[in-house]
Amino acid sequence: MSKARMSPLRSGFVHLALAGYTVIALFPVVLTIFNSFKDKNAIFRTPLALPTAETFSLVGYTTVLKQGDFFGYFQNSLIVTVVSIFFALLFGAMAAFALSEYRFRGNMLMGLYLAIGIMIPIRLGTVAILQGMVAAGLVNTLTALILVYTAQGLPLAIFILSEFMRTVSDDLKNAGRIDGLSEYAIFFRLVLPLVRPAMATVAVFTMIPIWNDLWFPLILAPGEATKTVTLGSQVFIGQFVTNWNAVLAALSLAILPVLVLYIIFSRQLIRGITAGAVK
Amino acid sequence: MCSIGTKGICDKEKAHPVGSLHLKSIRKAFGTHEVLKGIDLEVKDGEFVIFVGPSGCGKSTLLRVIAGLEDASSGSVQIDGEEMISTPPAKRGIAMVFQSYALYPHLTVKDNMGLGLKQMGAPKAEVEAKVGKASAMLSLEPYLARRPAELSGGQRQRVAIGRAIVREPKLFLFDEPLSNLDAALRVNTRLEIARLHRSLKATMIYVTHDQVEAMTLADKIVVLNAGQIEQIGSPMELYNRPANTFVAGFIGSPQMNFVEAGRLGDDEAKTIGIRPEHITLSRESGDWTGKVIHVEHLGADTILYLETDVTGLLTVRLFGEHRYAVDDVVYATPDRARLHRFGADDRVIA
Repeated sequence: MSKARMSPLRSGFVHLALAGYTVIALFPVVLTIFNSFKDKNAIFRTPLALPTAETFSLVGYTTVLKQGDFFGYFQNSLIVTVVSIFFALLFGAMAAFALSEYRFRGNMLMGLYLAIGIMIPIRLGTVAILQGMVAAGLVNTLTALILVYTAQGLPLAIFILSEFMRTVSDDLKNAGRIDGLSEYAIFFRLVLPLVRPAMATVAVFTMIPIWNDLWFPLILAPGEATKTVTLGSQVFIGQFVTNWNAVLAALSLAILPVLVLYIIFSRQLIRGITAGAVK
Repeated sequence: MCSIGTKGICDKEKAHPVGSLHLKSIRKAFGTHEVLKGIDLEVKDGEFVIFVGPSGCGKSTLLRVIAGLEDASSGSVQIDGEEMISTPPAKRGIAMVFQSYALYPHLTVKDNMGLGLKQMGAPKAEVEAKVGKASAMLSLEPYLARRPAELSGGQRQRVAIGRAIVREPKLFLFDEPLSNLDAALRVNTRLEIARLHRSLKATMIYVTHDQVEAMTLADKIVVLNAGQIEQIGSPMELYNRPANTFVAGFIGSPQMNFVEAGRLGDDEAKTIGIRPEHITLSRESGDWTGKVIHVEHLGADTILYLETDVTGLLTVRLFGEHRYAVDDVVYATPDRARLHRFGADDRVIA
């Protein structure tokens, strides 16, 4: 935005609004991290205070690390999230390319059909999915989760990516065809690099619900070997007693990997969200 | 370089492959909308043919059909006598230059130009040599390591042309290559293309909506309208002997004047066409009396718009500078030998 059009007062308000939103968004995260370093009494007595020398305690973290195979849970979460994102992006991009590039009978209907998943929550099909997984012998495997999450991520991926792929110049693809690139080469070498910002956007939007999901791990893969972080943290929340130190420590740890993934994608993400809006 | 022993190879290297093109009743429909309604055309080896017509006339679609980027609904495309209708674009021996340049954004200029050959499996040294030759021809050597984003529009289009040359195609296809360039660059690039055609002696097919490009570059112009060929001929044939009112109106700028034949006492024809440059003006006497409505001074030309008693609105093009003012009364006389007479079907009457 040009400086001439933005008065200092207006830009001051914009910054105030943005700063306010940042505070609101970060508050619970910061609170969780602070309290995870305090002892139990301090958490309840002064929940908003910073940990001091007296109240500082790592009991939450030691509990978490002792209880169960927490690194294993982490690994499971990471595997499930990364593999699901990979497949959702790969198949989503392929479907989006077909929908945006080729004229075939039922193109529109197919696009609508694939986008319907955005509106209908996949959890409605839980019973059928569970029956299917039992029949396929996939219960208590990470594969079950990966399959479900890939399916869950596809509609949004196809919807966003096909819109972006329509904007890739036809001439460029045709130049590739004349130069003898196969349709796969055109897809992987010309089109995918150009829609990278959109891919990052889809990756972030797909990643967060997968990482945070409790529902499918609980139903499809509750076994010790396949527990995800979110499910693993639940052992500290009881019906009558909740080990808050441990819960907060577990949540603090669970934030880290998402943060790392987000930082990797964020530069592209911002370009993806603002594409078309700016310039 | 050419020793006697390798004479055969050298000859082959020297001669740029040229190809003929034969189109037979090409039809193309999108849904129920027919874009091409049976196109027959023959292009000889080394000819520079230009498809020209208003937007939506199907000229770009026709080029895409020749390239194999669109499937024709029916008809046949032959390049060098070989049926190509089900051959993929890369195997047709063609190269194409696009309006939007269509350079690969992630590749350097050199890789952009060499990709086609690389895909064909040409050895690295050969790719190097051909890219070197083409870039020398287009003075692109200083930019070989750059990416398209670091080039100006004119340079990008030169790279796109270079990419076509490197492939040594039987047929060059140009899809409005100058439309995205500014006026000065357009003239330069036009000259460059004309020079290339002379030095490569290659067969070129060129699509444009700009009649100046068509007139200056073409050996043969194909005027298209609503999916049909209106006329095929050399630039001067089209200018001097337009076959119908559409071609007469399309070729030449300012546009030809059309006058109802009855007003000029010609009962046989329906319309009479008079080019603005084939009318003489005088302040004293002439066939038609008129009043000046508007004058455009272009330096080399002066263009006058008259309202005359016989013909109605009349455009007149005078060479050089002339001092006419709005509301002046003038007399216009057409060059009788250069009138074009069109019948009721809009076709020319000999």
